[in-house]
Amino acid sequence: MAIDTERVQTIEEIEPFEAAEEINGGDVVLIDTREPHEYQEAHLENGKLVPPGLIADEIATAAPDKSARTILYCRSGNRSALAAAQLQQLGYENVASMSGGIIAWQEQGLPVVAAHGMTPEQRERYSRHTLLPEVGVDGQVKLLNSKVLLLGAGGLGAPTALYLAAAGVGTIGLVDDDVVDASNLQRQVIHNTERIGMPKTTSARIFIEGLNPDVNVVEHNGRLDATNILDVIEDYDIIVDGADNFPTRYLLNDASVRLRKPVVSASILGFDGQISTFLPYEGPCYRCLYPTPPPAELAPSCSANGVLGVMAGTMGTLQANEVIKLVLGKGEPLVGRLLLYEALGTRFTELKVRRDPNCPICGENAEEIPESEMGKFPDYDEFCAGAGGDR
Amino acid sequence: MATVKIPPVLRPKTGGQPEVEAGGGNVGEVLRSLTSEHPDTQEQLFGEDGELNRYVNVYLNDEDVRVLDGLETAVKDGDTVVILPAMAGGASTL
Repeated sequence: MAIDTERVQTIEEIEPFEAAEEINGGDVVLIDTREPHEYQEAHLENGKLVPPGLIADEIATAAPDKSARTILYCRSGNRSALAAAQLQQLGYENVASMSGGIIAWQEQGLPVVAAHGMTPEQRERYSRHTLLPEVGVDGQVKLLNSKVLLLGAGGLGAPTALYLAAAGVGTIGLVDDDVVDASNLQRQVIHNTERIGMPKTTSARIFIEGLNPDVNVVEHNGRLDATNILDVIEDYDIIVDGADNFPTRYLLNDASVRLRKPVVSASILGFDGQISTFLPYEGPCYRCLYPTPPPAELAPSCSANGVLGVMAGTMGTLQANEVIKLVLGKGEPLVGRLLLYEALGTRFTELKVRRDPNCPICGENAEEIPESEMGKFPDYDEFCAGAGGDR
Repeated sequence: MATVKIPPVLRPKTGGQPEVEAGGGNVGEVLRSLTSEHPDTQEQLFGEDGELNRYVNVYLNDEDVRVLDGLETAVKDGDTVVILPAMAGGASTL
């Protein structure tokens, strides 16, 4: 493409600190005009890659609004100046090139999203993720820095842990007080025959460390109760609820709303599963959906009623999918939606879940919990009146 | 006729059927035609006061009937009524 040299002289050039101020102020389209391998090494946050040879083809997608403020940068400022001129010829009205490029930007101590957390081995391992625009290096770094707690290293927790570990979630906590039993192995795919009798958290650790050395596994070999739940969940970004009993589900809900932790919640029985994502105060909570637990005869457990093994896989991997979307900030999580899955008919049904303004936990009149009351919860065993689970 | 989706815990009361057809002009009538066809479902769905038990959620298509007109919510031919109690199955013990 012929570049009009007259126009090159007239493009606006701005210093990195000026660019930083504009970027922090918002409403700026930031274009990285380098090659993909350079972009992978390090780039500015929210910088969209449009390689020099592809500007004519890709700029309309990266920067659809020709009147928007558009800042271009490259390695040292040459390619971005040429690209800025090209954009002006294409009708972009408010274009600037950052002088000195990302080199000058970094010399001034300004932040970049670098593959610095990512070794060559990690770049190889996660390359099928980083190739996705929705993940990219930024998203993979977010995953590597994320901390996810799994309640239960059993039917749901096993497949969830498997895919979160493979995805490179940096810290995976596991809460379970059980040991591996032969009857678990029909669905709990991270355990194996040799590890029968071993604590599930330890068996899970061995599996995860074998799959992905990037993951830091934290074992919580015990039960969650009102005295320890806040301390346990506080260190995590997202909680995955695969508990088998109502007392734990209500306790987790109340604690996670207090600490504003997102919860991805699923349950399975027989050939049926359900899943939703609870984002405190942005969507409904578990109590908005189920204000009171059912009586025991309507809340059988898997151990009494059986469960199709692959159901745990289906619902557990849906949970992993929700977690990854929450970490990346992409897509539409199941907030305010309950997804039902019937394996025998292979049917999904989606139901709306509303925030209950009268919810005692997250409703309009729910009381602020003073610090001195933070660790205190109702007697859930009493509240749940023996419903569900093996307790 | 509406299609009523039966949750797994109630299927023993409906002869194992995951869905049944039931008639009625509103949600209450549809559920009552279900309970007259399958009497064992009565005490699971309704309290002694004739109101829906609070631990049972009922949806018309994808909307909770509590945000519609409750049991009075009108039902058209071909609508789906979903009965949904909470489920807790997951890890074997916690």
